[in-house]
Amino acid sequence: MTIELKINGRPRRLEIEPGDMLVDVLRNAGYVEVKKGCDTGSCGVCTVLMNEAPILSCSTLAVKADGQEIITVKGIEKEATEFADFLTAEGADQCGFCAPGFALTVHSLIKENPSPNEEEIRHYLAGNLCRCSGYEGQLRAITKFVEAKK
Amino acid sequence: MSTQFTQVKHERAKIDGKGLILGRPAYTDDLAPKDALVVKLVRSTHAFAKIKKIDASKALELPGVECVLTHHDVPRVPITRAGQGHPEPSPKDKFLLDEYVRYPGDEVAVVAAVDEATARQAVELIKVEYEVLTPLLDMEAAETSDTVVHPEPEAYTMFPMGFEPKKNIAATYDMNIGDVDKVLSECDYTVERRYTTQAQAHAALEPHAAYCYYDLHSRVNIVSSTQNPFHTRRILGEVFEMPLRNIRVSKPRIGGGFGGKQQIHLELYAMLVTTKTGKSSKVVMSRKEVFESSFARHKMRLDIRLGSDKEGNLKAIDLQVLSDTGAYGEHALTVFTNCGSKSLPLYNKVEAVRFGGKIVYTNRTPAGAYRGYGAIQGNYALESAMSELAHKLGMDPAVLREKNMIAENETSDIFRIMGEGGEGVEMMIESCKLQYCLDRGRKMIDWNPKKLRSEVKDGKVRAKGMALAMQGSGIPLIDMGSATLELQDDGFFKLLIGATDIGTGSDTILAQIAAEELGVSSDDIVVYSSDTDRTPFDVGAYASSTTYVTGNAIIRAAQNMKKVLREAVAEKFGVDAEDIEFNGRELRIKDGSKSIGKMKDGTQSITLKEFSYDTLYHEGANMKTLAATGSFSGHVSPPPYMAGFCEIEVDLETGKVEVLDYVAVTDCGTPINPNLARIQVEGGLLQGIGMTLHEDVVLSSSGKMLSNNFMQYKIPSREDVGKLRVEFAESYDPTGPFGAKSVGEIGIDTPLAAISNALYNATGVRLTSLPLTPAKVLAAIESQK
Ligand code: FES
Ligand code: FES
Repeated sequence: MTIELKINGRPRRLEIEPGDMLVDVLRNAGYVEVKKGCDTGSCGVCTVLMNEAPILSCSTLAVKADGQEIITVKGIEKEATEFADFLTAEGADQCGFCAPGFALTVHSLIKENPSPNEEEIRHYLAGNLCRCSGYEGQLRAITKFVEAKK
Repeated sequence: MSTQFTQVKHERAKIDGKGLILGRPAYTDDLAPKDALVVKLVRSTHAFAKIKKIDASKALELPGVECVLTHHDVPRVPITRAGQGHPEPSPKDKFLLDEYVRYPGDEVAVVAAVDEATARQAVELIKVEYEVLTPLLDMEAAETSDTVVHPEPEAYTMFPMGFEPKKNIAATYDMNIGDVDKVLSECDYTVERRYTTQAQAHAALEPHAAYCYYDLHSRVNIVSSTQNPFHTRRILGEVFEMPLRNIRVSKPRIGGGFGGKQQIHLELYAMLVTTKTGKSSKVVMSRKEVFESSFARHKMRLDIRLGSDKEGNLKAIDLQVLSDTGAYGEHALTVFTNCGSKSLPLYNKVEAVRFGGKIVYTNRTPAGAYRGYGAIQGNYALESAMSELAHKLGMDPAVLREKNMIAENETSDIFRIMGEGGEGVEMMIESCKLQYCLDRGRKMIDWNPKKLRSEVKDGKVRAKGMALAMQGSGIPLIDMGSATLELQDDGFFKLLIGATDIGTGSDTILAQIAAEELGVSSDDIVVYSSDTDRTPFDVGAYASSTTYVTGNAIIRAAQNMKKVLREAVAEKFGVDAEDIEFNGRELRIKDGSKSIGKMKDGTQSITLKEFSYDTLYHEGANMKTLAATGSFSGHVSPPPYMAGFCEIEVDLETGKVEVLDYVAVTDCGTPINPNLARIQVEGGLLQGIGMTLHEDVVLSSSGKMLSNNFMQYKIPSREDVGKLRVEFAESYDPTGPFGAKSVGEIGIDTPLAAISNALYNATGVRLTSLPLTPAKVLAAIESQK
């Protein structure tokens, strides 16, 4: 079957099987910035925005994206680049596998709550796991990024 | 010793950081050829079985299925997948595919198909008939069990290590200094305790992946998420009986390793399919496969005895260990020896010390290398027992350690006796700031030995605990790294290194080291790493070796490069190379030397940039590429140290333990890039905290893994942890690159004992088996009432 959707602002028609998960469809279509770390919706690395809200593309059927608007980290490149400066300046980045999904979730956090406190940051991003860092540097980076955006 | 650094000991953004955040194609699966056959493995559903029959006829009828390969189709060469140097200190007990399967998840057959869905479907259609055998799941029963995990006659070891497969013994080890029993019997205070540690999963977020293709020269190319391309190439050559010149192994970015990607896994099966079919292939593990069929930390039972006089002078330590290597013996012996060699020397003033035991096979997911590598288990037993001893002595546990810990210009016989599987090396400790770490840590956590426990409301108690730790910096006389520098037009340098950045930032910090030695900016160093065709040799990313071993190799390469530059400039101007100096920007005639005035047009210098164009474009018959290589293998392995302090909160109603604050004062010598060193420590701490509190590989009674996903096997989220406060001691190891020692593993070691000690201070009960789950903590509290 075919789905029609917008990815990063561009209309796309994609051939899918009814049981396909969005993460696999996106990766096969070349959007390899969407990572896959599990199959149980537990790690957050597959996060994309669907109609501006973060979703886990590994637990979203691709058919659900029919007619919707999907944003990957490439779709927020300008903001992600700014955020990357903060993250790398804090030395908060390691293997980077969690980073694109994390950057998207930070984007929606700030959109929903322009001045989150530490607890709100930890809570909102709890689903974005990182096995390399101790989360400390990420927290510092987000805090400074939020400040700078004000 | 110079501490006037311009490049190292400075922050520098991780060079690949931004690219990774922006999601540029970087990891193995991002880069795999679109037309690659998708490879899937049929895996055993039994813990132990003999394969009677594999019927692949239905699968082969499926359109799009390229091949199904079983043990009948592959060479039968016993190997170890450990990914170690040569000769390997691990038993060669694994075949590409075998008629026996030894744990649930073991490889039965290999399927390749045109796409994911077809490959999946084919796997379902393959019928395997097993003769199910009684599995051995309990390491305690290994030696007496009727089950023999490795009945095959071909398994062997490359040197004697006590390998006795009939008794399920992968290796044994024993060492002894002095008369431990006698010294202990004369001690005023002794502690004797059994501790147990569980299997922990690495849980790197990128699942293991590999792809394979034939290049234009018809050579096999493997791209994989490996921590050690060179060892991987060697092992692949061994299994496929192929000259190494026909194989290239490289790695792109890696999404975390922690030792889990030191062992080779999928490379074997991608190469099998490509060599059989001539077509490109790729294989990516599902998360379930990563849990069940990669590797985990060795589960251990540690019996420790230690004793002191009335003043708290430690006199003897005895540590006897049983280690579970699971179905295959990767790293069985070396993790075991590290358990002693990287914990016991902390207290080097004892009169007697003994360490030994066995590493046994079971039908569990194989154990392998994992950050901490034995040291973490040994540290848990030692540092828990030290606090128990302090309690008996009525002494501040920090003071007991202070009295006994190793210091600069001291040594331990253990360094000489115990190496990685064989003998060790003599080593005088030239940098050890444990005293500072301890003092600073006490201050940061507000350590008051009289008040290590405090009540808070609602049935909650807070308490503090501490532990020390040491690790190593590479494997002396065994690990070798090398680097090549090459001058490019426009005056920058290519740095080619075999070292493998697995997400740690090593490419970044190694460029800083090269820049510091050359006197240039690290922006002028372009790094290319870990590709067997294109970079010089390096053992890879393990054993806390990259900063120390490869870092030292880079210093040598840079020193050679400066010499080559001076000589080339001297030749150009017909002057003496001794009279030329390089300041990072220009090559100039030394003040007062006899060559003054001999450069062209009476100038005293030429810029590196100008010279780079000259040597590559303007010198006619004299044009040449200027390059230099350096290699390093250490005579010693200077340990980094840490003092870890924590404050925890225990809910007496639920048994839940929370880490509110963790202070880790670290002596890693010079931190080459303090930010990246800090995040290495923080990441290590959190993995250690996860292991202490909840991470546990859990099996069913038949040996199937229950914790095979992130819901059952929880890794810490950002809500699960309080503050992590990392600081570095001012320290400089004269043998390290610009004073640096390793920092990758040390962070993981202290939480096990520090948190256990805090829990004891909170509740008065000593839990001796990890993890400290709420159920266990609650039961212990209840049993006390
Ligand atoms: S891949 Fe989607 S949550 Fe892990
Ligand atoms: S940086 Fe490796 S998982 Fe987050």
